[in-house]
Amino acid sequence: MKIITVETCYALVGLYLFVLAGRIVAESEHPRRWGSSLFWALLGVTFIGAKVLPPTFVGYLVVGMVGLAATGQVTRGATNEASRDERLGHAERLENRIFWPALLIPATAVLGTMVLGQLHIGEVWLVETKQVTLIALSLGAMLALIVAMRTTGASVGAASREGSRLLQTLGWSLILPQMLAALGGIFAKAGVGEVVAGLVTQAVPTDVPWVAVLAYCGGMALFTMVMGNAFAAFAVITGGIGLPFIVILHGGNPAIMAAIGMLSGYCGTLLTPMAANFNLVPAMLLELDDKHAVIKAQAPLALVIFAANVILMMVLVYRF
Amino acid sequence: MIKLIGVALIAAGFALRVNTLLVVLAAGLATGFAAGFSLNDIMAMIGKYFSDNRAMTLPIVLMLPVVGLLERYGLKERAEVLIRRSKAATAGRVILLYTAVRQISISLGVSIGGHAGAVRPLVAPMAEAAARRRGGELSPASVVSIRAHAAAGENIGNFFGEDIFIAVGAILLMKGFFEAQGMNVSVWAMALWGIPTAFIAFAAMWWRCRLLDRRIDRAASIDQKAGGAQ
Repeated sequence: MKIITVETCYALVGLYLFVLAGRIVAESEHPRRWGSSLFWALLGVTFIGAKVLPPTFVGYLVVGMVGLAATGQVTRGATNEASRDERLGHAERLENRIFWPALLIPATAVLGTMVLGQLHIGEVWLVETKQVTLIALSLGAMLALIVAMRTTGASVGAASREGSRLLQTLGWSLILPQMLAALGGIFAKAGVGEVVAGLVTQAVPTDVPWVAVLAYCGGMALFTMVMGNAFAAFAVITGGIGLPFIVILHGGNPAIMAAIGMLSGYCGTLLTPMAANFNLVPAMLLELDDKHAVIKAQAPLALVIFAANVILMMVLVYRF
Repeated sequence: MIKLIGVALIAAGFALRVNTLLVVLAAGLATGFAAGFSLNDIMAMIGKYFSDNRAMTLPIVLMLPVVGLLERYGLKERAEVLIRRSKAATAGRVILLYTAVRQISISLGVSIGGHAGAVRPLVAPMAEAAARRRGGELSPASVVSIRAHAAAGENIGNFFGEDIFIAVGAILLMKGFFEAQGMNVSVWAMALWGIPTAFIAFAAMWWRCRLLDRRIDRAASIDQKAGGAQ
């Protein structure tokens, strides 16, 4: 038995989303208070109920959220951000104490990951060991919140208000990563990967060793861009191109192929809006008007690292 | 071939700037129908994968109340005060230092940082403050560029440090793939061969950060000249 599972953390997220939905309904000046509130409440339902609700029903809830977002119902309310003078005043008063809560999050996450998974009395475990990282991170965020409220003297209401301000800044793009992951899942079930691998092997002469390397690394990067996820690309492209040509036909080293192949996939991750959690959500978090600014900053990096990967694999994979 | 319709829809939708969630939903439906699934099958898949990937959203939601609170009480402003005391600090160096910390820590299996937990409240404001200390007020374009590079540093450190540690998803996934094929490939070998790329990725980041600093300096000196001529 496990006392705290990852579902406990998801329920906590769900409860906070309900609080947010309630806050928005109470905001009489909010331009779209019913639609926005409904969006966050639906998201809360999916967080709390995912284990008990039938997946088909959750699917329709997701469609509901997409509908609200697409019709412009999900907007942000009035932002009463503290003035810069006010913040400077607090900064002068609190000095470096303001950093402690921020540093407590990673500290708890690291310690928690090492310790929490070991704690048990007989068959009763404190936390679900498989998900210990996520649970430790959630715990770190909660501890940091408590310490932050004590340090600053702010109330729970103030913390909830600041959280709701930032969540509304993100708006519907918060669920984009999960939505794209769902699309990636459908692509995988539909066999899109096999089609891509087939096209690549037809298009290029993979019976030449260095061409096989180029096709494999390129396939990893391209298919990762399509899926938004290098892990999903790995099985398909390695099964379709890497294993049959580099390893079996040309006798390449599978460890080198896999390691550098996966890293070529990551170059694709740097380039694609499909990897929303790495590329689009940060642009929203940093309040950049250009949603693709992070991808643009990463593009030269991705191309250089990709070229280096291809050369490394060509040099190493048939030598060791 | 018809199965690629979803990919085409995504490309068209992003290009035409249609609401991204709507594009993704349409691509999912089109691909599902092309592969012969029913509407309810597709809804079940969306519901299942959406639920399975709640871990992507969890850290952001749980982190934002504390990050928002700290911001209201001057976290960014304090970070700026600290950075102004350091004469050697530039935007590029701040970002590069963060990238190094992120990459080294995750290669040892320790996941700290993140876009919500570190880049927004600490790294980006510190990098901006360092640039302001050197060149005065920044143009909006410089601010965007600094922030985007801070996010890039997080991604580079995270991606290219991770594969050196054997107990993480990527290495275990590759191991599992080979086992399913009846092959035994050592996790140590796969971690080892990730190291050259890790160094190259960091070197590339170093190059981009230097370039970022030069561009900021150049923009600042142009501003000063323009200001002096008036």
